Amino acid sequence: MAIGIINYGMGNIASIKNAFEALGADTFLVETPEMLKDAERIILPGVGAFSAAMQHLNEEKWIPAIQHAVYEQKRPLLGICLGMQLLLTSGDEGGTCAGLGLIDGEVKHLQLSDPALRIPHMGWNEVDYTAESPLFKGIPDQSDFYFVHSYAAVTKSDDDVIARTQYGGDFVVAIARDHVFGVQFHPEKSSTAGRKLLQNFLEYMPC
Amino acid sequence: MLKTRIIPTLLWKDFGLVKGEAFDSWRRVGAVLPAIRVYNRRDVDELILVDITATPEGNEPDYVSVQDFALDCMVPLTVGGGIRNIDQIRQLLSAGADKVSINTAAYDHPELITEASDRFGVQCIVSSIDVKRHEDGHLSCHSHSGQTDRGLDPVEWAKKCVELGAGEILLTSVDRDGMMNGYDIDLVKQVSSAVNIPVIASGGAGNYQHLIEAVKDGGASAVALASIFHFTEATPAEARSAMKEAGIPVRKTLK
Repeated sequence: MAIGIINYGMGNIASIKNAFEALGADTFLVETPEMLKDAERIILPGVGAFSAAMQHLNEEKWIPAIQHAVYEQKRPLLGICLGMQLLLTSGDEGGTCAGLGLIDGEVKHLQLSDPALRIPHMGWNEVDYTAESPLFKGIPDQSDFYFVHSYAAVTKSDDDVIARTQYGGDFVVAIARDHVFGVQFHPEKSSTAGRKLLQNFLEYMPC
Repeated sequence: MLKTRIIPTLLWKDFGLVKGEAFDSWRRVGAVLPAIRVYNRRDVDELILVDITATPEGNEPDYVSVQDFALDCMVPLTVGGGIRNIDQIRQLLSAGADKVSINTAAYDHPELITEASDRFGVQCIVSSIDVKRHEDGHLSCHSHSGQTDRGLDPVEWAKKCVELGAGEILLTSVDRDGMMNGYDIDLVKQVSSAVNIPVIASGGAGNYQHLIEAVKDGGASAVALASIFHFTEATPAEARSAMKEAGIPVRKTLK
């Protein structure tokens, strides 16, 4: 199975490629929207600012290609970190800007109840499952994953949320709707638990 | 709850790993790749890899080696040493580094921190600050692997780095480095209470109690350590359980 990692100029794809290759998966970098049709599973990575990422996706005409792959070809997609945030309707990092809109909601700066807490939310934190998901199969609830972010998703409906995390309040850290998934943390850098999650994504079969 | 990270530091010189005392008298402590593999098996929280000869000798970062190291690293990897421009950062990130640590170049070209965090995100820009405590007790920042006194107060410089766009501070006490007599708690406390980004305490860890002090008394978000793992029986798993017993939240590892 060919795992396509979208390369749109935002952030670190080497780690994601390394992690999938360590699992024995066949990966390739999707350098142009036309190449997306060859991806049987799609990874949308990304670090950096929401608006800059959407600008890249717009200018390089990624958006119709991603929508086609998800809605017409029913390809499973996993957004990681900023890649998860981009799945939402809009984001307010670097000015309010429309997202891919695959999941309803917004991306907002973390609102921490305790001003002594540091931002970015950086390091290992527990992930609390709020719904059953094939993504978490075999990974105990409250496992630690590696996070680095200052913004978080606020979904319109709880039905799209599969996990939350506590850091000066709680926020959404994993979302799923049909065969579209997103995780705020970095599974590719989350050691055994992260590797298991990526394996689950590889094995996931859309209904 | 966010966990306190325990981060082994690997100092790399020519073709092998070294460990010194107060940034001097380097001893060879093995090869890089096997060390990374061992730390991965031991499931450490993160790794810092610094090429200590790159800046003094004016070398380019060794992208090919970093690529090899990253392949075997399933936790976040910070790479430092010899970084002078934005293109080197881009190449290190595409070789598989998750973060880069910038020290000397930040003094000479502070705009590099800003440019790099704008382009790659604050989360991957670590400001490495090396500090010496003088005989009269005053502290000053040093560049070029501790060789050049910049005459700057670490608190002021740390604040400046945050303003420039650093996402994290790796704060090393040059005098405590490799001495295993404990972190410079006063330094850690001064800096961590002055900034609102994570501060990694570095230099001086000799036993588990030192790690606990850096977090509880110093307010560090993470502890970096090297000699304790190179020269004693200490292990990351034991360090984690000692911290847990002291009431510090640490990561649960998954078998």
